[in-house]
Amino acid sequence: MRYEAPRSVEEAVTALAGQTGAHVLAGGTDLLVKLRSEMIAPELIVDIKRIAGMREITAEEGGWRIGAAVSGAEMGEHEGLCADWPGVVEAAELIGSTQVQGRATIAGNLCNASPAADSVPAMVAASAVARIAGPEGTRDLAVIDVPQGPGKTALGPGEFITSIFLPPRGARSGDAYLRFIPRTEMDIAVVGCGISLSLDEAGRISGARVALGAVGPKVILVEAAAEALKHRALDAGALDDLATACARAATPIDDKRGTAEFRRHVAGVLARRVAVIAEARAKGDTA
Amino acid sequence: MSRIHVTTTINDDATEFLCEAEATLLDVLRDELGLTGTKEGCGTGDCGACSVTVDGRLVCSCLMLGAEAEGREIATIEGMAEGEDLHPLQKKFIEMAALQCGICTPGFLVAAKSLLERNPDPTEEDVRYWLAGNLCRCTGYDKIIRAVLETAADMRRAS
Amino acid sequence: MALDDSKKTREFKVVGTRPDRPDGIDKVTGRARFGADMVAPGMLTGRVLRSPHAHARILRIDTSRAEALPGVKAVVTRADFGAVPAHVADIMENCLAGEKALYDGHAIAAVAAVSASVARQALRLIEVDYEVLPHVTDVDEAMKPDAPVLHEGRQQETVPPGMSGNVISRCEFGHGDIEAGLKQADRVIERTYRTAATHQGYIEPHACLATMTADGQGELWVCTQGHYMVRNTCAAILGMDQGRLRVTASEIGGGFGGKTTVFLEPVALMLARKSGRPVRMVMSRSEVLRATGPTASTSIDVRIGMTKEGRITAGFAELRFQGGAWPGSPVGMGAMSGFAPYDLENVKTVGWDVVTNRPKAAAYRAPGAPMAAFAIESAIDELAHGFGLDPLEVRLMNGADEGTKSSYGPTYPAIGLKATLEAAKSHPHWTAPLGKNQGRGVACGFWFNFGGDTSVSLSVTPDGTVTLTEGNPDIGGSRAAMTMMAAEELGIPYDQVRTVIADTGALGQNEVTHGSRVTFSVGLATIAAARAAKAEMCRRAARVWGIDPDAVEWEDGAARPAGPNAGKFPPMTIRDIAAIAPKTGGPISGHHEVMAEGAGVSFATHMVDVEVDPETGATKILRYTVFQDAGKAVHPSYVEGQFQGGAVQGIGWALNEEYIYGEDGILQNAGFLDYRIPVASDLPMIDTVILEIPNPGHPYGVRGVGETSIVPPLAAIANAVSAAAGVRMTQLPMSPPRVLAAIQAGG
Repeated sequence: MRYEAPRSVEEAVTALAGQTGAHVLAGGTDLLVKLRSEMIAPELIVDIKRIAGMREITAEEGGWRIGAAVSGAEMGEHEGLCADWPGVVEAAELIGSTQVQGRATIAGNLCNASPAADSVPAMVAASAVARIAGPEGTRDLAVIDVPQGPGKTALGPGEFITSIFLPPRGARSGDAYLRFIPRTEMDIAVVGCGISLSLDEAGRISGARVALGAVGPKVILVEAAAEALKHRALDAGALDDLATACARAATPIDDKRGTAEFRRHVAGVLARRVAVIAEARAKGDTA
Repeated sequence: MSRIHVTTTINDDATEFLCEAEATLLDVLRDELGLTGTKEGCGTGDCGACSVTVDGRLVCSCLMLGAEAEGREIATIEGMAEGEDLHPLQKKFIEMAALQCGICTPGFLVAAKSLLERNPDPTEEDVRYWLAGNLCRCTGYDKIIRAVLETAADMRRAS
Repeated sequence: MALDDSKKTREFKVVGTRPDRPDGIDKVTGRARFGADMVAPGMLTGRVLRSPHAHARILRIDTSRAEALPGVKAVVTRADFGAVPAHVADIMENCLAGEKALYDGHAIAAVAAVSASVARQALRLIEVDYEVLPHVTDVDEAMKPDAPVLHEGRQQETVPPGMSGNVISRCEFGHGDIEAGLKQADRVIERTYRTAATHQGYIEPHACLATMTADGQGELWVCTQGHYMVRNTCAAILGMDQGRLRVTASEIGGGFGGKTTVFLEPVALMLARKSGRPVRMVMSRSEVLRATGPTASTSIDVRIGMTKEGRITAGFAELRFQGGAWPGSPVGMGAMSGFAPYDLENVKTVGWDVVTNRPKAAAYRAPGAPMAAFAIESAIDELAHGFGLDPLEVRLMNGADEGTKSSYGPTYPAIGLKATLEAAKSHPHWTAPLGKNQGRGVACGFWFNFGGDTSVSLSVTPDGTVTLTEGNPDIGGSRAAMTMMAAEELGIPYDQVRTVIADTGALGQNEVTHGSRVTFSVGLATIAAARAAKAEMCRRAARVWGIDPDAVEWEDGAARPAGPNAGKFPPMTIRDIAAIAPKTGGPISGHHEVMAEGAGVSFATHMVDVEVDPETGATKILRYTVFQDAGKAVHPSYVEGQFQGGAVQGIGWALNEEYIYGEDGILQNAGFLDYRIPVASDLPMIDTVILEIPNPGHPYGVRGVGETSIVPPLAAIANAVSAAAGVRMTQLPMSPPRVLAAIQAGG
């Protein structure tokens, strides 16, 4: 195995394109576990952390561009990002321990393509867009279209994500993310739910994006939940309809982390709780 | 297979080493540099026994390649005391019996020091969540959490 | 040695204080050397090839390609060991499989190579042909007559004919007439309880470093709970004289019973013998979980009768434990201990030891007792609540006391059960208000405590300081406790004694650090050795003074004339006597060798408050208090630590920890990610109340404290969760899906 730490995107693309079985290293918190367990045996590791801009969070057109090597801890320390997209930040900050936070990235979380990735439902709810560099140049792809199934992504040979873009936070809008795990920390999500809401001047929901994790082979954007909330106040009836839509949309399996029945039920429970937080944020509560 | 030459700083000492591309920073610390105070409990980032800081950021050294250490500043448990003077956390852990077997202790100390540098006045909940990635099977965490809280209080009074 | 009666109101000077542990600085600076921290010149790395099947006949192992790989210095399989003595045959088979692989992760072959990466490559080159066999991992399934059978010819005569060959033995304990007792009850409860297998979860993986010289002398550095056991077992397996193998215990990063046998050590020695080089072997976490000792999973039927006043009229339990691929589950200790807290006229337990395609169970803190207590304490709680009775009062009414004939036979001397219950009753925790979805549970627990072979030596150095040499690894502060007892007995300051844990060459046989034996047994031997040294120092002073040795007594670290008739001489301190030792007869030391008895049983009562989220089934531990009898707490901080650690392991067992096997018999959660031990944010502080009812079998009254603390939590938490959720939980772990399903089924 070889290790390279290119200084530019072009060098990285060249290195990746020139070697089959090359792997990108950003935070490494998934990659090193796979290396160690001999799940993968790559010929080449391309460390992208030394490429300019990869470790930066920059304001762009009212939104935020997050470099592919920015760690969860760094996101949590960025006031502007936390103010605009607290749900995405809290999802990123749920990935692993404090130690893992020091390294793990949301781009890596996305590329790992685990159905249970914490940051992905939050990014999907936020309409995040991944910027991808590759031999054919640069392209943008909605985060929801990146995962194709467990361990599979839409990235082509030689391509890698250079940044994630979070769009401008609209007026009277807010997001939140919660997951269910058996312990209080250190577990993989049994169910994850990210919601981004916008309110009209009357406090009714003008737009919603509801995304679920760990209840299907990849993240699920629950269109029916968004429909159920539209033009309504977030009252008990709306929350019931939201929960029902989420439980219906879930296509979970039984595994060592939970039963399908449990996951379906909890998807609804979490959606209610997340919606209440997102609404409070949309109304200006900073908690 | 050719080994990678890495120049780095460990506990304020300029250090060079050679490592295989797949060697983790933990492998390098323990097997190349003899710094065995950093422990391996799982190798998958789930136990925190291998905690070190890299450029001041708390990480698991089992989840980082040795090659990535190029140009970085690494701090391990061996650099925590200044000569004979133990860090206040080290003193408090002994005084309050915050260790039983001691295998997780270096990781807890490195992680707790990192917390107090960021937050000199943490709540019990802050401490518990910050240290959630450090597993201890002996103590039930009680005396560890108390020792960190008391050290924080002592250090605030002293400053 | 009996409790010192002469000084009934003994004023301890050192015992009962909280000095810094002597190995503290090494352990907070990273200097302490654990199993994987040792190196030797020319050292090789050893690694193990493990079975990917739960049950398979090994048709062929071809190691030739691995042996041919450059950098590989030795490959071993079971065939390298030949025949081994019967008492280590199962251990040998667990270290390297012979005819069959009996569980996922069973060791098949091992290599020693110049680097870890070469060793890994070599493992991939070993060819093994398996004939995959049907497997069974569940205890109740394994007992069925048509279950796949692991071993032929192992069933003992205690098992009635017609049962599956997996049922190895039956045991029975108790007295009285169960059916007659049940007839006197106002209500009889019958329940079945199940517990999952859990792992000790020590943070330090198994590790050792072996060397063997061409003339057959071996050295082993190893993390173990008992290096004398390692020596004896390895010597038997390798056909060596025990005296030719010297074993040194490293610092040990947790054991909890799991390091009371061998896994890697004989293999490392064989690799060292074959390669002529030192070989270090370190397990990965996944190997630790797949192939080292979890505890048994169990299925337990309980029948208990109670009068409406709360008197238990009869108690019966039938316990089925699977202990993995070989006989030896802790079912016997479970069957003996479950009803041990109670004074019962009619009590009986039956235990079944069953084998399955899982790793061999190793001891885990009070082996067998937590599961039995879970079942019995749950049933008692349900009966008490059914009659509207206070569960602490019911336990007090039925509680064992001095003179009670225990459920497993012996009659108790002075014991502390009722003291723990009284302390619980008067503690503010018991009457603190509870909120919505919250519940409180209590439960009692018992552990035997053990003694065993113990050998210590105490030397007075020429400058009058003291070295205590003992042979039990310090797993949680025992150096401090021994140092304190030596200082107490000698009447000298704590920092004048240094305790060293010696290798197997230095002392006589020492039993493993288990059974909560060390503070009791090694402490007892330390006190005796100190007394021997004191007697010798009194003789030396008598010689200097020219008086009869009987006229000299030892007090406050000095020899003094015993009374005015003995003569008027200024006291001679330990330093004075040491300084002139060459002129009075040479070096001074004391030693003591004993098969320690009189360990003194131990009881605890635990109290816990939980909150259950009715929408997700998640349980949060809100408050926890441990009440336990320590006899005499030598170093109270470490006694509290044992209470807290045991309680938290019990919390893990109760709520989340479990071995999860797939239909294929493969362990699905062989890592700390999905084998979920409690993390700091899961827990509140664990409050402790130390009771001190002196053990009549120890000079200072010490009882072991390490194990009892894991016995009550499973039941205490189940009782609390059941109260909070409004449904009775009878299966562990009480994971959120299971609790939610119970709530939904109950509502």
